[in-house]
Amino acid sequence: MSITTTSTPRTGMLSRVLRSIAATCAVIGSAAAMEDGWANPVLDKFPTATVNTTGLATGDHWVTVGQLHSVTGTMAISETGSVEAERLAIKQINDMGGVLGRKIKIVQEDGASDWPTFAEKAKKLLIKDKVGTVFGCWTSASRKAVLPIFEKENGMLYYPTFYEGLEASKNVIYTGQEATQQILWGLDWAHKEKGAKTFFLIGSDYIWPRTSNKIARIHIEKKLQGCKVVGEEYYPLGHTNFNSLINKVKLAKPDVIYSVVVGGSNVAWYKQLKAAGITGASLEKDKRLLLTISTTEDEVRGIGGENVEGFFACMKYFQSLPNENNIKFVAAFNEMYKDKYSGKASIGDVTQAAYLGPWLWKATVEKAGSFDISKISAASGGIEYKEAPEGYVRIHDKNNHLWSKARLGKMRLDGQFDVIAESPELIEPNPYPEGYK
Amino acid sequence: MTAKITLILLLAGLGYSWEEIKGIAIMQGFAGLNLFAIFLLMALGLSVIFGQMKVINMAHGEFMTMGAYTTVLLSWLCETHAPGLLTWYFPVAMVAAFFVAGAVGFLTEWAIIRHLYKRPLDTLLATWGLSMIFQEAFRQIAGARETSATMPEWLMGSFQPFEGVDIPINGVFLLSACLVLTGLVVANLYYTRTGLRVRATVLNRDMAGAVGINTTMTDRMTFALGCGIAGVAGCAFTTVGSISPSAGGLYIVDTFMVVVFGGAGSIVGTILAAFGIAQAQSVLEFFLSGVLAKVFVLGAVVVILMIRPQGLIASKIRK
Repeated sequence: MSITTTSTPRTGMLSRVLRSIAATCAVIGSAAAMEDGWANPVLDKFPTATVNTTGLATGDHWVTVGQLHSVTGTMAISETGSVEAERLAIKQINDMGGVLGRKIKIVQEDGASDWPTFAEKAKKLLIKDKVGTVFGCWTSASRKAVLPIFEKENGMLYYPTFYEGLEASKNVIYTGQEATQQILWGLDWAHKEKGAKTFFLIGSDYIWPRTSNKIARIHIEKKLQGCKVVGEEYYPLGHTNFNSLINKVKLAKPDVIYSVVVGGSNVAWYKQLKAAGITGASLEKDKRLLLTISTTEDEVRGIGGENVEGFFACMKYFQSLPNENNIKFVAAFNEMYKDKYSGKASIGDVTQAAYLGPWLWKATVEKAGSFDISKISAASGGIEYKEAPEGYVRIHDKNNHLWSKARLGKMRLDGQFDVIAESPELIEPNPYPEGYK
Repeated sequence: MTAKITLILLLAGLGYSWEEIKGIAIMQGFAGLNLFAIFLLMALGLSVIFGQMKVINMAHGEFMTMGAYTTVLLSWLCETHAPGLLTWYFPVAMVAAFFVAGAVGFLTEWAIIRHLYKRPLDTLLATWGLSMIFQEAFRQIAGARETSATMPEWLMGSFQPFEGVDIPINGVFLLSACLVLTGLVVANLYYTRTGLRVRATVLNRDMAGAVGINTTMTDRMTFALGCGIAGVAGCAFTTVGSISPSAGGLYIVDTFMVVVFGGAGSIVGTILAAFGIAQAQSVLEFFLSGVLAKVFVLGAVVVILMIRPQGLIASKIRK
């Protein structure tokens, strides 16, 4: 795999594949020209000998970073958006003159939806390619697989997904929400604004939904007045038959159907809900609702807006956010991938979080005045990024997670979300929540 | 029936009204039938191939995916070029799915399977490899993301025979598709000359050849038929779920379970097995949970196969 670039993941019909191959060739061409023609204007101020004391693959005019996502296998569905967002951020940074005057080159590796492969490729990126940082991983399983390697080889990882928490490494910056940031405020909203008293928790059967529901249950039973959980159910990943579960939900008549169903199951779940007569409108009529923390614009594209219209999601980012940063971000994303999405890209919460990674890394490197991993790790606390599409974000001083807001979106027919509520303040990340274990 | 009575008694004990119990019992009964239709659709094609030809087709799931993608492609074409046809494209898609998957099956038999009839275990390896090739091909051509076909209006939503009961229309459609397809397969196997040739070839290949049956062509057509049925199943599944390049892998284990449990080679066995497993799973899912239901069903299948290794209905093949 060449150092400069690899092909971008492809979707679309055959013609689009061909066009994207052509686009990739163009990228390779321009990358080569950049390497020759680029002169670093601040080289005197930041000579390579001082900004790179640990033998990273960083020269006078360029710095190498790694990108480690699944572009093949089951997870490619979800990780494609992250790959694209990171590439967009890196392109924008390069257009602005790079980091400490050095342009960013990407070494992309494919984790292939296989956790040992992730570990192996992480080793390759850190030991052989000596990359300055890695943007990557999506599932918790892949992050857990590479974590010991990043800690042993002293690498940096910018991890984009909302996840279950219970982790804080000096070698990882978590740009997504940990569980409490996403769950607690949403439940409070359902209770206070919608008067919800009973909750039915549903999830795919693995660590993130189970931990999330555990936190949700404790919050509902201990912190919310007079509320209770009337059911909790898990189904294997990829499960496609939810009729029995839907009957159970119908019988229990919960005020809130709390869904943490992920991946392909999502489509079957929502289609069957609709087929069983449970829709946003029918729930609203009975003053009930469906609230999810696992369905973003990305998923809705596959599910179809007609199946989810009127349901609610609690996220930190929605593509429809009206602020100026976000409008620019969405436009830039559509511009960069116009061949692929014809201006109609679906940008979900994680995709936006992935976009933050390169920007936060740039800010950190500039604050540290160095590419050295230990210095970046030490400088990360308190790093701000004001142009984030989700609004202002800041890295927590102690646990390397982001301070961020929580928002509630109501799903629309066209697959976008109406933002109907927003936490007033940034919510502090708390990966080891007291009283929620 | 017993299950239904227990269900009613249990729910009555929990303080639900009679109306609610009746509604849930009907819907839950239908959920079981729905699952039965899915299992049977999955297993039918495999039952023809594995049952009649003893070929372990690990790429069966990918033939289903192929049918599903054919449907998605047609729905996409209709949407972009002729939105007016969107209402009625679905039956056309089913036929198209049959012929696309069938044609690829025909080629597969010619290119790979026919060289391996004497080495049945190697078909497992070859078709498994084939399944991976197909998956990557889907990923390259159609993209890695989940997609789904646009459903015509009349296939969405539910109808309410009376208050409190919602019967999903896609479920009804699935069930009818399943019944029609099963009827066609059985009729084809047992009441036509083609079916006679297939059965003759299975029972005694040499003798069938000696009386003038073109056994090579019979094999090829049987394999293509099995793959075509898988394609139709894939098309039908787009009404309930989504399609991704690796979706076929999700179905393959259940499919083999149904076919082996029913007794390889017997269509009736496959139907019975699909019904039994679907009802057990659906009832257990309701009273226990999704994961536990799966554990119990798999456990029961293992125990029954230990006692009765030939499956529910033993095939009468001369060894």
